[in-house]
Amino acid sequence: MIADLELDCRGMLCPLPVIELGKRYTEVPVGGLVAVAATDVAARTDVPAWCRMRGQEYVGEEPAADGVPRYLVRRAS
Amino acid sequence: MTNAADGPPVPPSAYLDAASSEPLHPAARDTLLAALDRGYADPRRLHGPGRDARLLLDNARAVVAECLGVRPDEVSFTHSGTEAVHRGLLGLRAGRPWPGSAVAYSAVEHSAVLQALEWTRSEDHVALPVDRLGRVTGAVPAGLAAVAVQSANHEVGTLQPLDHLDLPDRTALFVDASASMGRLPLPDRWDVLAGSAHKWGGPAGVGVLVVRKGTFWANAFPGDDPLDESATGFPNVPAALAAAAALRAVVEERDEVNARQFALIDRIRAAAAAVPDVEVVGDPVDRLPHLVTFSCLYVDGEALVTELDRRGYGVASGSACTASTLTPSRVLEAMGVLTHGNVRVSLTRDTTDEQVDGFLAALPQVVRDIRAEAGL
Repeated sequence: MIADLELDCRGMLCPLPVIELGKRYTEVPVGGLVAVAATDVAARTDVPAWCRMRGQEYVGEEPAADGVPRYLVRRAS
Repeated sequence: MTNAADGPPVPPSAYLDAASSEPLHPAARDTLLAALDRGYADPRRLHGPGRDARLLLDNARAVVAECLGVRPDEVSFTHSGTEAVHRGLLGLRAGRPWPGSAVAYSAVEHSAVLQALEWTRSEDHVALPVDRLGRVTGAVPAGLAAVAVQSANHEVGTLQPLDHLDLPDRTALFVDASASMGRLPLPDRWDVLAGSAHKWGGPAGVGVLVVRKGTFWANAFPGDDPLDESATGFPNVPAALAAAAALRAVVEERDEVNARQFALIDRIRAAAAAVPDVEVVGDPVDRLPHLVTFSCLYVDGEALVTELDRRGYGVASGSACTASTLTPSRVLEAMGVLTHGNVRVSLTRDTTDEQVDGFLAALPQVVRDIRAEAGL
């Protein structure tokens, strides 16, 4: 899935990928898609939890070309 | 530099990690000191000091049985709660007279349960999912040797609905009761139970293993005493007696202590939830009286624990950066709640209102400072 904003959080430890997401998701318009590529295993739980806490939509997970998981978030507000 | 007499009042510091280990109960301390000089001999010997040690050990067993509402001959002492879990659970596999050696376990069990199952080198074991509150929800498949479900969760405090679990016939129920033993009555349903004395204010190094009469259970480890299958080497008689004394005291005090702790935890839950972007997790009502866990968005768990410790508050955390494995808490993961910025607060029997006030006054500032450092 092509995202409107790609956040490369490879190598970052928790909570940095979620901090990056929290700081930058407003760069896409409402309805836009943000992808967080993260090697940190906590992101698998924490990105969906962030979406729930911040009222955003968690779309799912798919691998990037290098196999690193990308967590997809749709800006809802 | 000012001293406490003329400076502003210093908020009281507090050890808020009773769920890792409760300080020794005064009743245990007195008993331990008295028993140290008496309980040295081998309780299997027929001489006077041996008979004396046997008397003390039987007394410890009788007191524990009475406090738990089980039979004395169902109770054995192990050298830790972990050992009680390993022997208790694996003994159900070893003693099962029917085919099937796989075990189902709730996804939020203590690592002692998971490590016992990993040790079997079988890939047939089944994890049962939990809901957002940490309550086991999955259906238990038939043909299993055992199901392992804790009485209460050690990280988030949620009580498991053990008496309402739908269990197929011939499925033994192993209950790790370490988080609740002494604090709460046991559930009605169990075949084998494990507990750990230092979690209720007894000394470390004493586990309790209870195998219900008539359960198919066999020692899964090298044997020790042919007369007592669940024996685990030379018993620590003074520590077992002190553990029993602490358990009796805790059971006698628990109506008063639990009510006080439950109300303090309610206050902490409300105050933590009022800090922006903090999620308080676990069941708010069907829970352990003394424990609460919450997670702070955008906050590094290690920084949070370190800053709270600097202000005198000792808390635990399930965040990855605070774990030796650098992986987040499996419990929080299984519940689908935020794993970073995690704090577990657990009260000792004498935690005061003033200590909780001090902690709650420090918390929002600490969270704010750590977020500000991250540029939020």
